[in-house]
This record gives sequence, structure tokens and C-alpha cells, in this order.
Amino acid sequence: MIRVLHRAEAIPAVLLVLAIAAGAMLSPYFLDTGYLLGSSRIYVETGLVSLGMTFVIVSGNIDLSVGSSVALTAGVVAKLLSIGMPVGWAWPAGIAFGALLGVFNGIVVSKLRLSSVLVTLATMAIYRGVAEVLLGPASIRLPTDFASFGNATAFGTPVPYSLILLALMAAASAVLLGRTVLGRWIYSVGTNERAAVFSGVPSGRVVTLSFILSGAFAGMGGLLVAARLGVARFDSAKGMELDAITAVVLGGASIFGGSGSILGTALALLVLAVLRIGMGVANVTQEYQLAVIGTLLVVAVAVGAIFQRPGSTD
Amino acid sequence: MPKLGWRREFGTIALLAVVVIAVVGRDHRFLDPTSLNSVLLWIPLLLVVGVGEMLVIVTRGIDVSVGSILGFSGIVVGMALRSNPGMNVELAALLGLGIGLALGAVNGALVAWARVPPIIATLGTLSAFRGLVFIVSHGVQVDSNTIPPALTDWSMSGPVQIGGATISWLLLIALVVAALAAAVLRSTRFGRNVFAIGSNPAAAKLRGISLPRTLMAVYCACGALSGLAGVLYASRYGFVNPGTAGLGFELTVIAAVVIGGVNVFGGSGSVLGVFLGCLLLSVINVALAVLGISATWQTLAYGVVILLALVLDGAVQRVLRRATEAR
Repeated sequence: MIRVLHRAEAIPAVLLVLAIAAGAMLSPYFLDTGYLLGSSRIYVETGLVSLGMTFVIVSGNIDLSVGSSVALTAGVVAKLLSIGMPVGWAWPAGIAFGALLGVFNGIVVSKLRLSSVLVTLATMAIYRGVAEVLLGPASIRLPTDFASFGNATAFGTPVPYSLILLALMAAASAVLLGRTVLGRWIYSVGTNERAAVFSGVPSGRVVTLSFILSGAFAGMGGLLVAARLGVARFDSAKGMELDAITAVVLGGASIFGGSGSILGTALALLVLAVLRIGMGVANVTQEYQLAVIGTLLVVAVAVGAIFQRPGSTD
Repeated sequence: MPKLGWRREFGTIALLAVVVIAVVGRDHRFLDPTSLNSVLLWIPLLLVVGVGEMLVIVTRGIDVSVGSILGFSGIVVGMALRSNPGMNVELAALLGLGIGLALGAVNGALVAWARVPPIIATLGTLSAFRGLVFIVSHGVQVDSNTIPPALTDWSMSGPVQIGGATISWLLLIALVVAALAAAVLRSTRFGRNVFAIGSNPAAAKLRGISLPRTLMAVYCACGALSGLAGVLYASRYGFVNPGTAGLGFELTVIAAVVIGGVNVFGGSGSVLGVFLGCLLLSVINVALAVLGISATWQTLAYGVVILLALVLDGAVQRVLRRATEAR
């Protein structure tokens, strides 16, 4: 029992129980399965993005451009569909485009050895700016046979397809990060890049690959946003990087790299989803919700930093 | 080292010259007093916050909450002016400064004592402070008829006129702030400590410099200046909207600081460089308007400019390192 509590995932697990209890006390509708599943669609997008963010943060970097990548991918796919791309190509095209945005981040960070905070701050503006130039203030409609996926549920159950997609992707990510050589390399680069290089890890390629994963997941998130809303707008998914980073850090990942897990991220995502749905039920407005999430992020990191002071790294 | 500093700023000046010549070549209206005045009105807010951001970046940190601090200070001061119509505007400016200082202290406490990495701490407070703006204002805008003319006059008029262009009080305040900051950085122990921490935190600690105390002071200063900028915002725009005041401003400020040659790995930078970075961004901004390029290009332009400055900075660093190793 004690050993279980010492695991990094214990904090989000305990928070999850507390959040569900609080939500259930606040509103009788909260524990309604149909309602919870219906609302889950919104968090699936953040969830996919958080999976990608986990790889980047474990490798010792950060990706602030994910929200913009979501919006830009949605915009590009909408444009391509409007000039006649078959609907069946939307998914591969969107994921590939998101990955391409990640390639750019990864190459600039790893080849030029620049801080990922500043590089992705710049690409956050660039990707958002390209989306703004591409789409303008208008929203671009998506064909209904593409958008229908956003609201479809599986096999007559109330479980949305998008939730199943997230579960599959989370499982795949958990295997990739926890059970493969690439996963070990990501941890080793995040723990000590020099040591990793000396032991033969291609650190530049590992970092680039983690950004590619982040970009591809953001692309997937963009497709889901577009499918759910039925339109693409340049200003969608603003601030999604905050939710994603919060999920990863709350899930027990160190922001300095080298630790964290997909299980932790998944648990923290549930905490955030429950919190957001709960606040939504209690009619808490969007700005207040942001304030709560922001505070939660800071407190989570501060508590973590106090419990595991990096003695020698400073 | 001083020679190097000179060279970096020279690069910004050269870039500025290229942009001005290119724009004037396309459209000479850029040299009209109207355009010059809009360039001059763009600078103050950017410069005041830029000086604070520079301090933070020199210590290897970053503060992305400046836009939210600006918004919070702007809305609180705006509301104070609305409920006390006779309020002294200089007092309002001091109030803004104090509010910013308090919020900056929150960032400082998180970074210096709780050891939260600066990007995480200020990303969190970016949202938290913006939330506070809505909580305090109930989402209601401070309208232009409640901002006293004495305050808006700061941006309308000024003591110096040069060939049709006005040096407004707003710009004068910003220049005084910048000059003070330059003097503090150059001639006080605190200033030297800031650079020492940025160049080598471990060595600074061994020399007996208190990291937490210096970092706390730096984030407080950045907050205070962002708070002052909130009042300048009210003067410049004549209203304060909780949703838009300072929204995304951190990006513009960081762009100005990075273009101004402040080393993004910490340890070096100058107020003059930041001023030139602000000037360059203001020129680009007004140039976009003069050349008839739609405002939708603005975000993209900022992003590209930040990335270019980063890449150039990285390249310069690498060349310098190779040069010192060869010697």
C-alpha cells in the first residue's frame, strides 16, 4: 500500500476520486453515464494532444505550439476538402500534416540546439498566424460525411467513437513509451542528454521524433475538433497547450524531463475532464475554469518540486 | 565584451535600416507625421513591459503572464477611476504599479522559492490572472467616458514636437523607465547580480549572491512594469476590455526582447537593444498598415520574426564559441 502511494500516479488517482465525489455532491446529473460520455467528446481532443505532450516533456522539452497545430490542421484539412479532396483522405492527410508541423519544431530544437520554450512559442505564433491568413475571420464548413464522425457513437452504445480512438491511442502510446527501445531512449535523453549521447542514443533524432508524435497527435486532435464543430476556425483550440501541459505534469511527469508515464497522463486527464465537466454543470464560466486549471498546474508543480528538490542539478 | 554588446545592437540597427528603406521605397507615406506618430505611440507599452521581460530573460527565465498582469492592472485602475471620477491620474499610475508588483511577487514566489520552472509558473498565472480580471470586472468593460481626459491626454499630447511628430508623455514615461532600468543594471549591485545569475547560476551562488532574493526582485520588477503598462494602456486606448486588454501581448514583448539581442540563454542583453527591438517591431507594425497588408498577417509576422531572431542568435553564439575555442 505504501509503495503504491509512492508512485507518481498516486496523486492524480487520489485527486480523481476527490473530484468525482465533489462533482457528485454538486449536481445529481453529474454521475449520469450518458451525460459524462456525451461531454467526454470535448476532452478527447485535449487527451490526444496530452499523449503527444507526454513524449515531449519526458524527453526534457516542451511543446507550446500544440493548440495552434490543432487549429492549423483543422483549417488545412477543411481547405483541402473544400477544393475536392476525397473525405477518406482527410484523416491520413491531417495526421501527416500535424506530423510535419512537429518535424519543423523538432528539427529547429535539436539541430540548432535552441530552447524548446522559445522555439515553440515562435511556432505557436507562426502556426496560428498561418491559420489566420489561410482562413481569415470566416469559419469554413466541413462536408457532413466528415463531420458525422464527431458525433457518432459506437455499436448502438452511448460511447462515442472518438473516446474509443483515444483509448486505443493511449494504449499504443503506453506501449511505445514504456515497452520499446525508443521509449527507453526518450527517458534517457530527458534524464541526462550528455550521458545518453555517450551511451550511443541518437538524441537529436529522439527529440525530433517526440515532437513528431506531438504534432501527429495534435493533427488528430484538429481533425476531431473540426469533426465535432462541423467547421474550422483559426481561433479554435486556443490555450489547449495549458490543459495538455497540466495533464502531463499533474500525471507525475517532471517538467525537467526523464520521468512521467502515459498512465499518469491518462489519470490526470480524467481529473481535468471531471473538473471541467463538474464546473460546466455548476455553470462556472470559461474564464474561471481557465483560472482554476492554471492554479492547479502551478500548485501541482510546486508541490512536486517541494517533495523532490533537485539537489545536484542546480 | 562591451565590443560584443555594441556589435549585437548594430545588427538590430542594420535590420531596422533595411526595413525602413524597403518600406519607404514602396510607399513614401511611411515618413509622414501620421505614420511616425503611430510608430511613436506603439513603443511605450512595449518598451515598459519589454524592460521587465528583459530582466527575467537575462536570469534565464521567462514571464508569459505579462499580458494578463497588464489586463488586471488596467481593469482595476479603470474601475477605480470609474468609481472615483476626481482621482488623481498620477496616483492611478502608482496604483497600477503596485498591483503589478503584487502579481509579480506571486510569480517570484513560485519561481524563487517553490522552484517552479518559470515557463510553468507564468503559464499558470497567465490563466489565473486572466481569470481574476473576469472575477473582478464581472466581464464588464471600463468605457471610454469613464477614463478621465487627464489620463488619455498622456498619449495625445507631449512636451516635445519634432517636425510634426509628437513625443508624447506616454513615450517620455517609457523612456524614463528604460533609462532608470539601464542605470540600475549598469551601476548597482543588484544589476550586476542579475547578469551574474544569468551567466552562471552556480558561480553566482558561490560568490554569495542570493538567488531567491534576486529572482524575486526581478519578477516583482517585471510585474510592476506590466502593471504600469496597464495604466498606459488605458491612456493609449481610452477603454479597458477584460477579454482583450493585454491578450497575447507576451508574444509581442518577447519578440521585441529577443530581436533586441537579449541572449535567450541568459546572461546578456541591454536596455538599448530592447529599445531598438521595440522600435523595429513598431516600424514593422505600422509598415504593414501603410503597405495595406491586412492585420491578419500580424501574428504570423511576429512568429517569423521571433524565430529568425532565435536562429540568428543561436548561429552567432555558435560562431563566437568556436572563435573562443580556436583561440
